[in-house]
Amino acid sequence: MRTLRTAAAAALIVTLTACGGATSGAGEDEPSAGAKGTVNLAINPWVGYEANAAVIAHLLEKKMGYTVEKKDLKEEIAWQGFETGEVDAIVENWGHPDLKKTYIEDKKVAVEVGPTGNQGTIGWYVPQWMADKYPDITDWKNLNKYADLFKTSESKGKGQFLAGDPSFVTNDEALVSNLKLNYTVVYSGSEAAIIKAAQQASAQTKPLLFYFYEPQWLFAQEKYVRVKLPEYKEGCDADTKKVACDYPDYVLDKIASKKFADANSTAYQFIKNFTWSNDDQNLVSDYITNQGMSAEKAAEKWVTEHEATWKPWIPAGS
Amino acid sequence: MVAAGAVVVTVVAYLVFRTEGAADSSDAAAFRFFDRVRDWVDANRDSSPFFLYGFNYVRLGVRLLVDGVYGALTGLGFAGLVAAVAAIGAVLAGWRTGLLALGGFLAFGVLGLWEQSVDTLVLTVSAVLLSVLIGVPLGILAARVRWVGATLRPVLDVMQIMPTFAYLAPMTLLFLIGEPAAVIATMIYAVPATIRITALGISEVSPTAVEAATALGSTRWQLLGKVRLPMARTTIALAVNQTIMLALSMVVITALIDAPGLGQNIVSALQRVNVGAAFDAGLAIVILAVVLDRITTNAARRTRVHRTARQRRLRWVGAGVALAVVVVAAVVRIDPDDLPGYSFAGPVNDLVGWIELHWFDVTEGLKNGISAGVLDPLETVLVTTPWWLFVAAVAAFGTLISGWRAALIAALASAGIAGLGLWQHSMQTLATVLVAIVLTMTIGVAVGVFCARHDRLATGIRPLLDAAQTMPSFVYLLPAVALFGASRFTAIVAAVIFAVPPVVRLVERGLRDVPPTVVEAALSAGSTPRQLLWKVQLPMARGGLLLAANQGIVMVLAMVVVGGLVGAGALGYDVVAGFSQRELFGRGLAAGLAIVLLGIVLDRLTQGFHHTKGPRR
Repeated sequence: MRTLRTAAAAALIVTLTACGGATSGAGEDEPSAGAKGTVNLAINPWVGYEANAAVIAHLLEKKMGYTVEKKDLKEEIAWQGFETGEVDAIVENWGHPDLKKTYIEDKKVAVEVGPTGNQGTIGWYVPQWMADKYPDITDWKNLNKYADLFKTSESKGKGQFLAGDPSFVTNDEALVSNLKLNYTVVYSGSEAAIIKAAQQASAQTKPLLFYFYEPQWLFAQEKYVRVKLPEYKEGCDADTKKVACDYPDYVLDKIASKKFADANSTAYQFIKNFTWSNDDQNLVSDYITNQGMSAEKAAEKWVTEHEATWKPWIPAGS
Repeated sequence: MVAAGAVVVTVVAYLVFRTEGAADSSDAAAFRFFDRVRDWVDANRDSSPFFLYGFNYVRLGVRLLVDGVYGALTGLGFAGLVAAVAAIGAVLAGWRTGLLALGGFLAFGVLGLWEQSVDTLVLTVSAVLLSVLIGVPLGILAARVRWVGATLRPVLDVMQIMPTFAYLAPMTLLFLIGEPAAVIATMIYAVPATIRITALGISEVSPTAVEAATALGSTRWQLLGKVRLPMARTTIALAVNQTIMLALSMVVITALIDAPGLGQNIVSALQRVNVGAAFDAGLAIVILAVVLDRITTNAARRTRVHRTARQRRLRWVGAGVALAVVVVAAVVRIDPDDLPGYSFAGPVNDLVGWIELHWFDVTEGLKNGISAGVLDPLETVLVTTPWWLFVAAVAAFGTLISGWRAALIAALASAGIAGLGLWQHSMQTLATVLVAIVLTMTIGVAVGVFCARHDRLATGIRPLLDAAQTMPSFVYLLPAVALFGASRFTAIVAAVIFAVPPVVRLVERGLRDVPPTVVEAALSAGSTPRQLLWKVQLPMARGGLLLAANQGIVMVLAMVVVGGLVGAGALGYDVVAGFSQRELFGRGLAAGLAIVLLGIVLDRLTQGFHHTKGPRR
């Protein structure tokens, strides 16, 4: 593979010098245009995504004879990959209307491939022990009453609200100011940091109010309770500065590069057919995180146990 | 007298003019400018001649290089590569180093990380090759042509202080995702060391040797090839050594733009909050660093030794034997999976889990104490100072300490921070950085002094320092978050761990370089050990101490962005967010520049101590 590519790159340099410049696709792996080629899957950095990708990759390779290249990329950069042909598909997308506008509508290098069947929930959470000890804390109207509990060295005398990874969709600062909450938003800066803080809040019974989401493997270990914010209504989050309502539920979906979709290979049809439930994904995520399996092993285990679920995804004649 | 006056004026001005410290706007002109540049590149990647004839060819060329190095290293097979590295170590640096290399590379197989380690080695070697190809000629030019040196200096400053995260996103914009972008980003980080140290080596060549050669009628090229380069050989070897170390610390981060290797293991272990798995990969990087470091330093040391003809012949025989062994090993295919496997993941996770559970109350108290007692007041003062007063204070104190030239640059840099539209965040970051620097220097000088006085302690502590410096910070971030929460203090802890080792080394070397005759004289004059340290050794090691402070500042600044990943907020978070979200691209790049400007301010303000002889009164 590599030596072939080296030769191809060398040949490209020679030919391209002759006929005027190298484009951004030059020298990179060509996306799988025909049947039984290589499928380039982006792997976004969270375990639920990895569960989707592992099962898809396993079936593509073991049941359908494709080669799958997994590319570990942050969301933003994965979308850029559609344009350069380095990424064929993203298999769990959380909203991102801005990226959809740029890459699907304006540049026309990507297309939507339908929902994954997973329902995404984003919200404010507290550890289970807090909900037990202070039953009314799960209503946002009472948050100010408990603000003192959440004080930390970072929160400037107010309660601390711990926000998540910068790549996630957040309205927290607007929510705090519009709901007149006596809290400071502190940015944890990474998913790992927020999970660690949540684990410690349970283990040490320390108060913590934080941004989190489901499906997420941590829920297989510890329980966290969602705080009710004013109910979400269509359009209440249109102006990001004036948001005063909860996060909407996300229908997670799949995105593919236009080239990959147009080729309409069985791999594309398979990815189009792929849908499963939150429980399915949590199970595979749990294998990966809490039972120490590699993503490949976890996918293999799930596939052997759930034939009825994945059989219908495989297109006829492959 | 003047200094006291300046302090009083500054304090009064602060009390009169202090502000509320309004939040930074989310939409400054600088952010919009960077966003527009990004959009232009996105739109013109396949049409602009800059790309068609420039960047895209650079990418293809680097791709060729990476694939070539990869082919060469993997072509040998597992046993072949292990034997080759051991042989190179033995021939160039002595049999002890050869054994170390052998054990180290076998350890990759035992840890079950062979392929990832080779991928990391490939990226490092490619980046180092490029750095040497570009850096050594530039270093020679910088030493020989005055204006080249003068122009390069500020550029190199920017390249070294600019946080890696800040240019990863632009790298993918110019060179797409993958190995070429990773190699180029690594090179940007490492090449300043190659250039600087090469320039130092060339300019230190004794002028008498050059004069003698000139008198004998050497041409300029002969001078370079026969006199200057051979005489600077050991320093150039040091340059290569430092380049390798810097490149290794960078290739981990490039995992974020899909560069293969150990970095991928660390990043994915981080997502699963599995410190043990990250530790295995981190350990492999430490081993790789130690092996490469020992081979290059010992090889450099041996070039100084003059050999007899017999020794030289022996060496050739040794090289021949080594080559034969490598060939045999390359033919005998052994699978690294056949080795007995061992992983530290289990024990490390147990240990870390226990520490996290039981130390929490103590560590939280420590964090709260330092945050409330030192960090918060300092941050409040800096944030509520109007920017023009800060610039004026920098100019005034800069002039007193470092002279008007340095003060002018420092003042311009601080005005530049204000211009970027990130004043509040910059001041918050400055507060965190100052506390981290003070802690780093306190710990570093104390340990350095101890090491200089107790030889055995110094030998014992050296591997620990090596590990602290090369272990990727991602590995110990999570336990730090567990103990100190997502906070500025966690960022300070990470920065201190990273920055203390070079400070210890430089302080120790500075103290040991104090001439023994001086020490003896002081002792015979009846100095107590304490007097010896404070009145003789420390003052005489002033140069080493100042260099240590300078390095400490640079290293602490390099960790600002990592701090953003663990709750320190401010500029570090801006950079991280800019890397993650399209709308924040411009802001992230501006934040990266603000960190550079902070670095320039700190550097210029402290550099004065280098030149002034003795304390001012």
